[in-house]
Amino acid sequence: MRRERRNVVATEPVGPYTLLRVTRGGIVPGIPGQFFMLEAPGRILPRPMSLCLAPAGELAFLIDPVGPGTHALCELGSGDELHLFGPLGNGFDLDVERPLLVGGGIGVAPFPYLSQALGAPPAVLGFRSDWHAQAAELVPNAHVCVDPTLVTDLIPSGFDVLACGPAPMLEAARGVAPEAQLAWEAPMACGYGACYGCAVEVDGELKRLCVEGPVLRAA
Amino acid sequence: MLLNASGCLDALTAPEVARSLDAFVTKTVTPLPREGNAPVRIAEIDVGMLNSIGLANPGIDRFVTRSLPQLGKLGVPVWVSVGGFETDDYAEICSRLDDHEEVDAIELNVSCPNVEAPVESVAQIVAAARLASRKTLWAKLSPAVPDIGEVAKAAQAAGADGLSVVNTIRGLKLDVATLRPALGPGHGGLSGPALKPIALDAVANCYRATGMPIVGMGGIRSGLDALEFVAAGARHVAFGTVLFADPDAPARIRMELHRAASERGLNSYEDAYAIAHEEVLSLRTT
Repeated sequence: MRRERRNVVATEPVGPYTLLRVTRGGIVPGIPGQFFMLEAPGRILPRPMSLCLAPAGELAFLIDPVGPGTHALCELGSGDELHLFGPLGNGFDLDVERPLLVGGGIGVAPFPYLSQALGAPPAVLGFRSDWHAQAAELVPNAHVCVDPTLVTDLIPSGFDVLACGPAPMLEAARGVAPEAQLAWEAPMACGYGACYGCAVEVDGELKRLCVEGPVLRAA
Repeated sequence: MLLNASGCLDALTAPEVARSLDAFVTKTVTPLPREGNAPVRIAEIDVGMLNSIGLANPGIDRFVTRSLPQLGKLGVPVWVSVGGFETDDYAEICSRLDDHEEVDAIELNVSCPNVEAPVESVAQIVAAARLASRKTLWAKLSPAVPDIGEVAKAAQAAGADGLSVVNTIRGLKLDVATLRPALGPGHGGLSGPALKPIALDAVANCYRATGMPIVGMGGIRSGLDALEFVAAGARHVAFGTVLFADPDAPARIRMELHRAASERGLNSYEDAYAIAHEEVLSLRTT
């Protein structure tokens, strides 16, 4: 992992989300599911973002503008600079026989890069609206559902599930696929084990997501 | 010296960051293991952040058997932050640490923002720790008291060797969508830039009250911030929130600190020590 000041190549709208593309510099993209801390202009703390795509010479992040930090990131433009720190945490275990990507909302963010690494496996993706579902265009072989259909009702048996999405979706995915790999999310101040802020309770134990996750085995 | 604020760095997961400091301060250790508070534990605000970690730590037994031997190999002096809920807790841990060569100093966390810290209890805790330990003792104080100078004097009289000033202070953030507390436990400890003027004033007060060695901390983000703390009366400075945003901060701030001193006609930043308490005319500017 390393921290570098990088340039914004472009920002592109994807439904309600923004794809932020930055120059790669000396930073390696890492394993799908790993994340980077992105300096949020004008804010105190950086924001954790999993890598969405790694085109030649670039790193790209899919960002949902939900608060002041993510809004500031979405408002960046070509030529702007920001600090990037990563890759951090533990990504998905790619040694799986029949992968199925299961995602909800902005949980789709790591899937384009993950899909590439796994040779475009099938994906089931759930969104709250058709507008949000535009993000599915970044993921090949995706079956898309929109509220009120639950993506976790569409998981066929016999697959190795790799899931990312809101906590209730991950809990439901675990119910259907007990061996699933789940990528969790939590507010995070540092991303490298310093603050103990990103602890989440999994199976009655508190896990520091930035160093023990964000991808954890369900079982 | 440049240090980290307790709870703002894990030297075992980020040893290279710890090695960029002059001493590493551990997360607070308590007698028994603590999982800490329920999530959500951190929340950013416009001028800083709130945390409510709740002293998550492995407890003194596991700290001594597992963490301390590894910390001893870091190549950086180790200060152990000690916490508890009654005076005996502090005495017990200090006594346990006393024979461990890996421990260079003890910082007594008598100011967790969830615990009241009246003058009497600070004095009692420091006195008990003094009896239990031959190590250098730093008392970490809260600025959320009527007169921190009085608390500093009490710590000095009880046998503290120095003061760490300041700990976070209580704050509240509401989730604007639900109008409920953003943090799981409700309130949290405020840190970051918002804390700086409060911390700087606390350092100045403690210096005036005691003249003791002080580790100044609270919202330091730049070398100039650090120089202000030295000028207010801090011998050393520590970094908290800035480490979360930038693990390279110690090296950067060290460079900036030397430059900021030099730009003011000082040979080193140590020459700025307590200069804020002198007549304005003695401050050389360029």
